[in-house]
Amino acid sequence: MTDQDVPTAEETAVEEPALIHGAPSSLSRGQLVVHVDRAAYMQVISALRDDGYAFCSDLTAVDYLLAPDRPVPAGVHPERFEVVVALLSMADAKRVRVRAQVPEHEPMLPTLFNIFPGTEAMEREVYDLFGIVFDGHPDLTRILMPDDWEGHPLRKDYPIGRIPVQFKEAPGPR
Amino acid sequence: MTDLTAETAEGAQEIRPRSETSDVVRALEQGAVLRGVSHADVDVEVTGDETMIINMGPQHPSTHGVLRLMLELDGETVLRCKPVIGYLHTGMEKQGEDLTYLQGPTNVTRMDYASPLNNELVFSMAVEALLEVEVPERAQWIRTLMSELQRMASHLLFLATNGMDLGAISMMIYGFRDRENVLAFFEKVTGLRMNHNYIRPGGVAADLPDGWRDDVLKLCDYLPPRLDEYDELLTGQPIWRERTQGIGVITTEQALALSATGPILRSTGFPWDLRRRAPYLRYDQLDFDVVVGSYGDTFDRYAIRLNEVRESIRIVRQIVDRMPPGDYRLQDKKVTPPPRARIDESMEALIHHFKIFTEGFKVPEGEAYVAIESPRGELGCYLVSDGSARPYRVHIRAPSFVNLQTLPHLMRGGLVADAVAVISSVDPIMGEVDR
Repeated sequence: MTDQDVPTAEETAVEEPALIHGAPSSLSRGQLVVHVDRAAYMQVISALRDDGYAFCSDLTAVDYLLAPDRPVPAGVHPERFEVVVALLSMADAKRVRVRAQVPEHEPMLPTLFNIFPGTEAMEREVYDLFGIVFDGHPDLTRILMPDDWEGHPLRKDYPIGRIPVQFKEAPGPR
Repeated sequence: MTDLTAETAEGAQEIRPRSETSDVVRALEQGAVLRGVSHADVDVEVTGDETMIINMGPQHPSTHGVLRLMLELDGETVLRCKPVIGYLHTGMEKQGEDLTYLQGPTNVTRMDYASPLNNELVFSMAVEALLEVEVPERAQWIRTLMSELQRMASHLLFLATNGMDLGAISMMIYGFRDRENVLAFFEKVTGLRMNHNYIRPGGVAADLPDGWRDDVLKLCDYLPPRLDEYDELLTGQPIWRERTQGIGVITTEQALALSATGPILRSTGFPWDLRRRAPYLRYDQLDFDVVVGSYGDTFDRYAIRLNEVRESIRIVRQIVDRMPPGDYRLQDKKVTPPPRARIDESMEALIHHFKIFTEGFKVPEGEAYVAIESPRGELGCYLVSDGSARPYRVHIRAPSFVNLQTLPHLMRGGLVADAVAVISSVDPIMGEVDR
């Protein structure tokens, strides 16, 4: 495991963090990644949109609870959650990925709904499965899980295989 | 007597009465998706007395599985529409974190069950991007071949169900019959009709069987006359045209704003196809046309898919001519199990085989997003590795999930009788929507 880790660590260390709209960037397997914190999130994404990355192809999140010391460029403070937004420039078919750090104690980000209406369902999914709140979202409800479900299944502290299926009004095992 | 409404309620996920709905949501449902339109500018006041909220699905023959739609109707006109999804949610992304990279394709292949090979392909490509390996030439071409055949099978299924939804029952039978021919070839190659687990990180599971060229060419000869038959049966039919033309119209700006891809985006005349604009596999060496529509209506989406089958046949014929000899999988001991024959004679090979299939191979730390053009649009896979043998996070950007957001806009102002035609033309696969 260790000998496989070395090239990745070197790669991140050698790389000088070029700034994109004031945010540090890196290359992950040749793909351009911009790292932002919550304060810079909206401003960087709006600026990227104005640069031509006007199509939001994906929005998802990762819970880094079990990997807090992942490599990030200098100047980025790693938090528990990351919201990952994949933007696409259709003019030259280029992609850029924005990784936004979201702290555990206040899992909240401004919504992208007003600039990319297509993120509506994706943000609902992230809210449903990770419990990250998108401030200003018009209809932030659960989308995949039942409305009365407790917990956010894709969080790393949510165990698998132990919770019985919830049937409404059926007697529980405990 | 139990209260069925309360028992099946999804609470806030459902469409709410006008008085309980925010202006932003109502503006959204009136088509205010374009950037720059302020929500205050849109007149959202409709007299609420005469409207009725009805429920359609999840158990409905034309909702392609378990899609539940809530419609607000003013007489026969649809005012608002909200898809309520999640009835098929099985936590596949969570499950993917518990499976090794080699088991991953088995999991993702069950998401979009109408084009399973594309799911395997995007997952394998993401793993290969993380490993920074290049699969051999023959494997690339086999993948291209299978992915095009899959597009044909998927679009034939669409033609079948689209016909059925609009009352052309014979089309359903023809579509399923022709799709079965493609699936028969898949069964010959992969052993299964669906959920093949054929495309794996490092290449494909097995080489093409003897005589595959004849099978593929037979398929390429069989399908074009059938497609011409469909043209006669549907395309030129006045009834078919009446039911599809001008129904469920979307503009390029709306489709782009809603992140819609695939035939929905192309039907508006926007020629966006990842095979052409961001070529993967060997699409850059193949000659094919990107089919676009011009009105963005249900008919355009039908015609695009019909003609994409023709383009796929053209691509497949080129692949048959160009299929190179060589290895069908990567010969990298870290990723690939040893050949079957070696296991009988060498203990080390047996151990190696055992290790790869139990522990799996380790993937260096990092993250990558890879996207391909599935029959439904941009199919993406975001993988995060923590350096172990299991992915830290698997995310599939499902085109159906995102495209479903266009439904309220396609439906708005249309007749409730056309709702089925519009759902069908979006071609959602609920396994992929709910994952």
